[in-house]
Amino acid sequence: MAVLSAAERTQRLSPPDPGRLPRSGRLRRVIGDNLLAYAFMAGGLACFALFSWYPLVRGIVLSFQQDNFVTDPYWVGTENYALLFTDPLFWTAWRNTLVFTGLALVLGYLVPLFLAILLNELRHLKGFFRVAVYLPVMLPPIVVVLLWRYFYDPGNGLFNTILSGVGLPTSQWTQSPSTALFSLVLVSTWANLGGATLMYLAGLQGIPGELYEAAELDGASVWQRLWHVTVPQLRFLMLVLLLLQIIATMQVFIEPYQLTGTTNPDTITVMVLIYRYAFTVNNDFGLAAAMSVTLFVVLAAFSAVYLRLTRSQES
Amino acid sequence: MRTLISETEIRRHRALYFFVLGAVTIAFTLAFLFPVYWMVTGALKTPVELAQPIPTLIPESFQPASYADAWSRMEIARYFANTVVYAFGGWLFILVLDVAVAYALSKLRPVLGNVILGGMLASLMLPASALLIPAYLTVTDVPLLGVNLLNTPWALWLPAVANAFNIYVLKRFFDQIPNDLLDAAAIDGAGRLRVLWSVVLPLSRPVLGVVSIFAIIGIWKDFLWPLLVLPEPAAQTLSVALSRLSLTSQVPLNMMLAGLVIASVPMIVIFLIFQRSIIGGLSAGAMKG
Repeated sequence: MAVLSAAERTQRLSPPDPGRLPRSGRLRRVIGDNLLAYAFMAGGLACFALFSWYPLVRGIVLSFQQDNFVTDPYWVGTENYALLFTDPLFWTAWRNTLVFTGLALVLGYLVPLFLAILLNELRHLKGFFRVAVYLPVMLPPIVVVLLWRYFYDPGNGLFNTILSGVGLPTSQWTQSPSTALFSLVLVSTWANLGGATLMYLAGLQGIPGELYEAAELDGASVWQRLWHVTVPQLRFLMLVLLLLQIIATMQVFIEPYQLTGTTNPDTITVMVLIYRYAFTVNNDFGLAAAMSVTLFVVLAAFSAVYLRLTRSQES
Repeated sequence: MRTLISETEIRRHRALYFFVLGAVTIAFTLAFLFPVYWMVTGALKTPVELAQPIPTLIPESFQPASYADAWSRMEIARYFANTVVYAFGGWLFILVLDVAVAYALSKLRPVLGNVILGGMLASLMLPASALLIPAYLTVTDVPLLGVNLLNTPWALWLPAVANAFNIYVLKRFFDQIPNDLLDAAAIDGAGRLRVLWSVVLPLSRPVLGVVSIFAIIGIWKDFLWPLLVLPEPAAQTLSVALSRLSLTSQVPLNMMLAGLVIASVPMIVIFLIFQRSIIGGLSAGAMKG
């Protein structure tokens, strides 16, 4: 800030009192504040308009157009959707995505809850457990995925070495149709479960201790306390994390892209198919946009429930 | 603090408690720390040792040169520098523009302010992936300006600003700052900008810290968006470059592992320094959405 000039100094001594300003002065102030506010917001608004609001409209429009980046886009009606629904890959991608999400829920949804309850009962090494479980979340996803690629290596990857070392059958992991999706879920779960675990831990610490004391006095066993105190107290958080996880896992991309490629029908997911339609071979942006719209419709339903839930909790 | 199992119950089953504690410690070490250990030490091994059918736990060969080789021969120095520029630039844009929006909405209360906030919050419902294609097309040919931002930092910086969550968190924090404080500053002759700079921002240090950390982590970890908008290898982030190198060329495994370690170091350092804010921000995010 520059040093105040003499004129500004005298102004400071006799500040304008907003309450006693003449009407025109008040109006001018309101207008001034509005102009200033919009000047402040201009940059942010432009970014939202360019990368959020306009793309939403454009994405829907695009799904009814033929656009390959070479010729000018033109309207094709519902042709993209017709093409999409007859493409067997569309159904494969959706089936894989749903299986992935389902598997991720079985693994990645209950394990963090279990871990958090366990860690909350341990009196020692709390800091260590927190850092350890959250460490994979901090690693860039590409690092996680490439690291696991070496673990999964069917030749002398670490996993198969360990399995054969203890006399168990080895696996082809990502390279066999029957285990590929599961292998991807395993990586994704390892990389992400720390977030949910720490959120549950925070939720557990918000449960008033008196509830457990009262239950104990009433003769409730540990399991009864878990079922009748812990679980009901966490119910809201469990629901929120369930929705967040569904929304996140349905957009899975890097694991199939990097570990099994964009053409593998065993692991192709919705996001991979969008990428493939738009950026490989045919550059069909209209078809990719139509695929995005189907993903958006499904995810918007979950997002709407999520937003309503969190807003009702706040008020 | 009282939890599910009381102190007396723990004392009664001391042996069981320490058995569980030991088992969990070992399991966590193996599951979460060992892969990182394997990555760091794997980079130190020679390619010959890495190719052995039975992996060695402690490197027998010691080749710290793979880190130096990765840094220079895989051009990791360049990608690392790119990522730093993208992350800090994005952070700066987020701080300046999102704080300005949040301040205007919270304290200047413009006409249609609520509509704008609503429009921003509504965008939280849009999964980023659903906007991928049209946002990509926007980057290739920005409406009104007609410029192509592919392979430029702007393609990462500008979309980062359009984050309703940041604005929401900042606005809620600004809302809690009493207006009396702002009025007092105004009576002392401070303009709106001066009030923001000298009153609001110093009070907002905690929330600015959390937004900053998450902004930098977010940009550093991002993959799909930079993959699309930075096709030119020289402009790529470390993540995209590692992906490309792993898919296309024959990089020796130890050099690749060194690259992975280098890509992780900034995140691990940030995590170890800002643990408290990161874990705190995470749980606050869970409760407040």
